Amino acid sequence: MHEMSLCEGVLQVLETEASKQGFNKVKTVWLEIGDLSSVEPEAMLFSFDVVTKNTLADSAKLNIINIPGDAWCMQCSKSVSVKQRFDECPECGGYQLQITSGDEMKIKELEVE
Amino acid sequence: MCTVCGCGEGESRIETNNKQHDHDHHHEHGNDHQHTHEHNHEHDSTHNHDHDHQHNHDTHDHHYGHGPAHAHAPGMSQARMVQVEQDILGKNNQYANENRRLFSHKGILTLNLVSSPGSGKTTLLTRSLQDLKDEMSLAVIEGDQETTQDADRIRATGVAAIQINTGKGCHLDALQVGHAVEHLSPEDESVLMIENVGNLVCPAAFDLGEAHKVAILSVTEGEDKPIKYPDMFHAADILILNKIDLLPYLDFDVEKCIEYAQRVNPGIQVFQVSASTGEGMENWYQWIRLVHQTRLINRPLQTSKTEKEAEIV
Repeated sequence: MHEMSLCEGVLQVLETEASKQGFNKVKTVWLEIGDLSSVEPEAMLFSFDVVTKNTLADSAKLNIINIPGDAWCMQCSKSVSVKQRFDECPECGGYQLQITSGDEMKIKELEVE
Repeated sequence: MCTVCGCGEGESRIETNNKQHDHDHHHEHGNDHQHTHEHNHEHDSTHNHDHDHQHNHDTHDHHYGHGPAHAHAPGMSQARMVQVEQDILGKNNQYANENRRLFSHKGILTLNLVSSPGSGKTTLLTRSLQDLKDEMSLAVIEGDQETTQDADRIRATGVAAIQINTGKGCHLDALQVGHAVEHLSPEDESVLMIENVGNLVCPAAFDLGEAHKVAILSVTEGEDKPIKYPDMFHAADILILNKIDLLPYLDFDVEKCIEYAQRVNPGIQVFQVSASTGEGMENWYQWIRLVHQTRLINRPLQTSKTEKEAEIV
């Protein structure tokens, strides 16, 4: 369900961009989806085909660029990688972490006609 | 649309609207001509129309170079790359920024109160309004799926309130709040409290233009809620731990709960209160007073600047 409505959000942006940048067919969409954004790429791919049926992005290809979760550990003063928001630092076991990347949900670029 | 649970938005309405029409037309004419129309009418007191028309003509396929790329060479594709770099929730964020600009211009401190249903959010709010209304100007936006009961409870305290019923929706969005603010027109330099729909998932993703998200958790819930719903506790600046008068009867580990909250959000500030006995509420009020004051620091300057601009004009 979650991914279905995300795809509707994507389509909304495509339609706005189409009138703004003057194109009427979308062939490929690149999304940046972070590991910490709680988006399931598999479900996203499935939903995208359903949502874009009979639209300007009908049968367009969806590419998902995965962004790994990164955080700044205040105790180690260095960047570490995390899988979840509440993960401890893999180096020191502390929780003084600031997420620096991995919560992206972004439309990166489009191939259009 | 809600990005988290996929709930609809079609039936949302703000209390003062007495007429609302939702139309959805869909026509399909074979394969050589296709129209998609979506009409949305919202009538409120000021009479507004929103139309969204879309036409897709798909099968006129014989253009060689009419497209935006103007490719004339035989066999050359007209495909081109377009950089978008847009957040999927970009539209909501855009409305939220407009709200934020308005709040900052009017010196209004806006707090977005989020929690699961039954955490005592409305009780906490009515008590706070009762205790603070003599020292500052207050206004409330109430979000619920249905009924105006909460707004009625708020109005009983003498504070102006407006109800947003989200219908199928599970959260408030920035556009709804923008409309509600127009109707409510809170005073300059007031404190605006937004009571979001009881839900620990979706409201985390939707910026309303508030200064701070305040998460309310009651001790009758599990102490592990902060790590079960990390997005919400990550997005909040304040955690109010409510119903602490019930602690003697419960098996709730306060320290553990705070530790979990700090795991997902090291900077979160915690207030332990009981909205029914009033215990600990003073700390929460003190915080409101301080952020409200901080908000007003630049105000006289801004006002005099606007006056000067007005003089020049």
